[in-house]
Amino acid sequence: MNKNHRVPSSRSLNAVEVKSKFGAEFRRFSLDRSKPGRFDEFYGLLQHVHRIPNVELLVGYADVHGDLLPINNDDNYHKAISTANPLLRLFLQRKEEADHGTFGTDSLTRKKNTVLSAVLLRPDHNKKKPPVIISLPKDFRPVSSIIDVDILPETHRRVRLYKHGQEKPLGFYIRDGSSVRVTPQGLEKVPGIFISRLVPGGLAESTGLLAVNDEVLEVNGIEVGGKSLDQVTDMMIANSHNLIITVKPANQRNNIVRSGVGGGGGAASGSSGRSSDSSASYYGYSSHSAAASIPPHIIQNFPVGELESDEDEEDLVIEAGGEAEPIRHMASNHSMSSLPRYEPHLNLRTATTSTFSINTNGTLPTSGSSSSLSNIKATTPSPDRAMERGSLEEDGPGRR
Amino acid sequence: MKRFRRHGQESQRDRLKQELFAFNKTVEHGFPHQPSALGYSPSLKLLAIGTRSGAIKLYGSPGVEFMGLHDENAAVTQVHFMPHQVELVTLLDDNSLHMWTLRGHNGLSELLEIGRFTLTGPPGVTRVTAVLAHSSGELLLLGTEGGHVFVVEVPGFRELEERNISLDQVSSSIPDDYIGRRNLEHVEALQENPVDPDQVIIGYGRGLMVIWDLEKKLAIQHIPATQQLESVCWTEDGKYILSSHSDGSYCRWMVGGQDMNEEEKSDIPYGHFPCKAISKIVQLPTEEGPPFLLFSGGMPRASYGDRHCITVIHGKTHVALDFTSRIIDFFVIRDGPQRTGDPSALVVLVEEELVVIDLQTEGWPIIQTPYLVPLHSSAITCSHHVSTIPLKLWERILAAGKHQNAHYSKKPWPITGGQNLAPDPPQRDLLLTGHEDGTVRFWDASGVCLYPMYKLSTAGVFHTDADPNDNMNQGTEGEWPPFRKVGCFDPYSDDPRLGIQKIHLCKYSGYLTVAGTAGQILMLELNDEAAEQTVEAKVVDLLQGQEGFRWKGHTQLDIQEDPVMFPAGFQPFAVVQCQPPAVVTALTLHSEWKLIAFGTSHGFGLYDYQQKNSVLIKCTLNPSDQLAMEGPLSRVKSIKKSLRQSFRRIRRSRVSLRKQHVNTATKLQEANARLEAELAEMELAPVQRKIEARSSDDSFTGLVRTLYFADTFLSDSSHNTPSLWAGTNGGCVFAYMLRLPSVEHRADEPVTAQLSKEIQLMHRAPVVGIVVLDGHGAPLPEPLEVAHDLARAPDMQGSHHLLVVSEEQFKVFTLPKVSAKMKLKLTAVDGSRVRRVGMAWFGSSRTEDYGESGLLVLTNQGDVHVVSLPHVKMQVQYPCIRREDVSGIASCVFTKHGQGFYLISPSEFERFSLSTRCVVEPRCLVEAPLHSGCSNQHQSQPDGASSTHRYINLEFAVGQFEPGCYMMLVVTTAMLNESKYIDFNADPVEGIINIRWTSH
Repeated sequence: MNKNHRVPSSRSLNAVEVKSKFGAEFRRFSLDRSKPGRFDEFYGLLQHVHRIPNVELLVGYADVHGDLLPINNDDNYHKAISTANPLLRLFLQRKEEADHGTFGTDSLTRKKNTVLSAVLLRPDHNKKKPPVIISLPKDFRPVSSIIDVDILPETHRRVRLYKHGQEKPLGFYIRDGSSVRVTPQGLEKVPGIFISRLVPGGLAESTGLLAVNDEVLEVNGIEVGGKSLDQVTDMMIANSHNLIITVKPANQRNNIVRSGVGGGGGAASGSSGRSSDSSASYYGYSSHSAAASIPPHIIQNFPVGELESDEDEEDLVIEAGGEAEPIRHMASNHSMSSLPRYEPHLNLRTATTSTFSINTNGTLPTSGSSSSLSNIKATTPSPDRAMERGSLEEDGPGRR
Repeated sequence: MKRFRRHGQESQRDRLKQELFAFNKTVEHGFPHQPSALGYSPSLKLLAIGTRSGAIKLYGSPGVEFMGLHDENAAVTQVHFMPHQVELVTLLDDNSLHMWTLRGHNGLSELLEIGRFTLTGPPGVTRVTAVLAHSSGELLLLGTEGGHVFVVEVPGFRELEERNISLDQVSSSIPDDYIGRRNLEHVEALQENPVDPDQVIIGYGRGLMVIWDLEKKLAIQHIPATQQLESVCWTEDGKYILSSHSDGSYCRWMVGGQDMNEEEKSDIPYGHFPCKAISKIVQLPTEEGPPFLLFSGGMPRASYGDRHCITVIHGKTHVALDFTSRIIDFFVIRDGPQRTGDPSALVVLVEEELVVIDLQTEGWPIIQTPYLVPLHSSAITCSHHVSTIPLKLWERILAAGKHQNAHYSKKPWPITGGQNLAPDPPQRDLLLTGHEDGTVRFWDASGVCLYPMYKLSTAGVFHTDADPNDNMNQGTEGEWPPFRKVGCFDPYSDDPRLGIQKIHLCKYSGYLTVAGTAGQILMLELNDEAAEQTVEAKVVDLLQGQEGFRWKGHTQLDIQEDPVMFPAGFQPFAVVQCQPPAVVTALTLHSEWKLIAFGTSHGFGLYDYQQKNSVLIKCTLNPSDQLAMEGPLSRVKSIKKSLRQSFRRIRRSRVSLRKQHVNTATKLQEANARLEAELAEMELAPVQRKIEARSSDDSFTGLVRTLYFADTFLSDSSHNTPSLWAGTNGGCVFAYMLRLPSVEHRADEPVTAQLSKEIQLMHRAPVVGIVVLDGHGAPLPEPLEVAHDLARAPDMQGSHHLLVVSEEQFKVFTLPKVSAKMKLKLTAVDGSRVRRVGMAWFGSSRTEDYGESGLLVLTNQGDVHVVSLPHVKMQVQYPCIRREDVSGIASCVFTKHGQGFYLISPSEFERFSLSTRCVVEPRCLVEAPLHSGCSNQHQSQPDGASSTHRYINLEFAVGQFEPGCYMMLVVTTAMLNESKYIDFNADPVEGIINIRWTSH
């Protein structure tokens, strides 16, 4: 798997070998591992060596697991340098050509080598998906996560699917069935709800966290016992913007073992564990220790409080001046093309948090994955956004 | 400390909730679904109807009604009142007999089951086919399939084996030449001699009838009829017996005649050609003149075998009453204090209605029934409830209805048993039902009886396929049999496009708007005089130039161009026709602004009915939604699927119904087995549900679900303006600001509408209700309500709020700037969805002056909820309708005072109440008849003492006794004379006095 892992002693080498690829061109150079410098210097260096001084770039590197991870600030730059083993493979993309599926989302679930080769070797690879801008790890749009590992029985798994902002369907079906429960009188069969089918390419399938014949125990914290199939269907659809389902996986071999060692994490949970690596620095994990030790298969990716936070709906209100456009048109525009132009580097260097979050608002139109973010969004409408949207106005959720 | 206080507040709130809300199913209106048996007690003057679902319903004078349900889910096949008592016996088709009584409790009577009994023995022999409640009141004779007659003592259901009349006893007394070796077959009829209670006639299926003396235990006479027997009737004087037979004949036999083998008379009334059986025959004498002969059936098989007829012959008058549905049973009510006088009314229970015919008025007109009215005489398609009707409008509607009822008999309702003790209804409430044939029926829904007031037909406005003269095949001269159509049940709609889908009545102005299946919207005005007028139609194109659509449904209705004569009542003066002519899905009327708004699956429109022009048309159709262009009939492909699913659902619910109480181990086994069976079934055809977020591309997102007028702050917080709100299936709300010209220019300056806001709910669930709440959090009053001083003016100082109810959640927004303030999620929490929603006012049961507004909600799970306003907090929740009962849930309508109606069958409304203060339920009392002939009521003593006791329960309806108060009792001297000892026992709590006296 980790073919770059072959020379452990290479860590002691002082120079980091860098192989940078932009389009079809390669550049090789080296950096001092002990004195990597700052990200903006590094970024300038890359523009220089590739002779593309005015091209906005997205910088990615292949980490030890072969995942493609971004370099866009000092932290992940330093981590990339420190974990380079010994070669640091960089992949540069034009910002405007960037493929949103490159980082974070799909690389988690597809075979990494195919991601790297298929996507990166052909950067203009024609995908239908609209571009999403990669920035700080905390601004990655999460797709799914396993949560509440510490409070659930080991046989259960609580999966969160993030539907908003993307066109991908949730993509699964449920059915009636029966499950066996242990009672004082013996084994008893009770009716249950099960996942009956996963739609290929759907969100549920692509997370790898749900499988056919998994028993659904809860929907957004509410037990489904005693509820009809139709009721559970309606509950799931009503929560589809932020669906949290607790399942008892049909395949119990991939269960989380809380001690953190052993239990050879299956492909599904493993990949999600790896994705947490990229955000480790943000959540205050020591990046070195996280990289050095076996990463925990599952970590709580998001603050616990947000589970209860009521972020899922922001109704769109259009104050009509003149004639109204069809609202569905507006709604679909809203997440994509009506966004303000994204200027990551400008903002990274100069802007405050608040303007940053406004600018990234478009990528997370309804997620509010951290409540401070959406509060800012709701309370400080930025003038340039207002200009962009014209008469379009968005109100915050009912959080007062 | 804080916690404590909060706890205190919560318990206070809980107490308040108890004072405000209580759930009760109070009364069933309409005609029982699938009636299967009829009974009548001449002494109680009560009518009893048993149904196929095991319900038993008793009706007396209007407002007196009782309902009972057998635990067994079996059909009631026979109902017999015990003569001169408050008990009745029912026979179910599982061969069980049940004893019911009307017992006094707190001054009111209740229907209670007090005993049950099943004959033991081989089922082929002991299946009960005939029941005779003996006039002694203590014997029940049960004729069986095996031909035996069992005698049972009631009310205890003690078998008196020594008195049974076995087939052997009977056949031994019959000359061999009749019997031959033939089987007598089952007991078809049992009748008591009206003048000698010891004599009964036993009629066997084969045709033989035997008069049997119960005391002497021997056959007195046998009547050797040769045709298959259908029914037997003993004439009043006991001298003759009438028998009816399966070949359509009836015979008259003289009792006690020497020549017992000769029939007095035999006749096939509709003879020559083969006839169907006469299933029941009755002959009743009159004081002077010829007797009445009534029989059902007997029609010529080939030509009229499909008719449901009862023939009444009186002297030279001979009428075959032709009913529109199958005849269940009939009886005749007679005049006089002992109910032995002239026949006064014929009561016929047919499958779909109860028809009462006045036999004492020339032409035998129908007496309008005050209850048991067939709501479904044409299928109900929608309903609308209006509370607190002003007296003026009430009287005008009543007057219009009187014109229509001219053909009914003037005689009062003949079934008058019991006393209605319910207080007069506090207000006049109107229930309007829209029907498939384009009629709107107005019902007085104020009290226990849902009384028909007026019927409006909209069909006259349109050309329909049906020829108006088609139905007038009324008795051509000299037709034989002399048919006469009776009854109003007519489920055959001439044109399904006429069906009424939405109704809105303004109770202050008398304006009514109704909308139908083919996109037609009629504006009607109440006129006390008949008038001839031309109705103007306005076609409104809701597609607004959207290209590429072709309507695949029905065509629009054609308006009558010629002036039409409209009778007094609601007369149409304007018609709007939507194009495409899809069913109207939302409708509202503002009589103060003289505007109506209507919506279909394609968009909505605003129409000014004063100027008769269209103000606004908005297309809400999604360009990719092709399904919305299909008419209701072309969506056949899903029917198969939905049928399959509903069958499966029924099967599953039936399985869960059969839960029985057994010990845990076997229960567990059973449960597992059952589940396995279910699973095996599922394996064959797995039901699965797709989990997918709603998208804007779903079908029918543009369907308009709700429309609402409000005078509120739409654009700025200092000026309120008229506004129109529309909510769609796709979770979208449109708000239009309306500009109305001043009153003096209302007729000539145009009304304008300007889009002000659009709200797209993120969860995209259908918007089913929109309400604006005033500064106090109370819903805005109805139009003209304030002008009539019937409502407090809304608070225009505080800020208004907008409440949007979607199928999934309740959300309160601020106004004029729309931002979310509060919400209550329903579907996300318990998986139920809002089906029906209504505003209601709940008064406290404790204090007169406290009350609050609330939102009544019915979910797809059949639960009703009350949600508080303006804080949208769940208050109470009650299960109300079975969730499988989709049509019941869809039919539910709420009143403004916390009551509701829903259809429990096509013909019955169940009424329920969520309010503690506003409850309409039957409160009635039936007293045991003090029968002059009560001397033959024997109560045999278990200890064998010769003395007999008689009990009379006198129940005092109103109030209770104070200990020590004085009472005066007047007991008939006849009773006192034969009494030796009186035992007097008063129960001050129950309000019951028991008097027991002993005589030799």
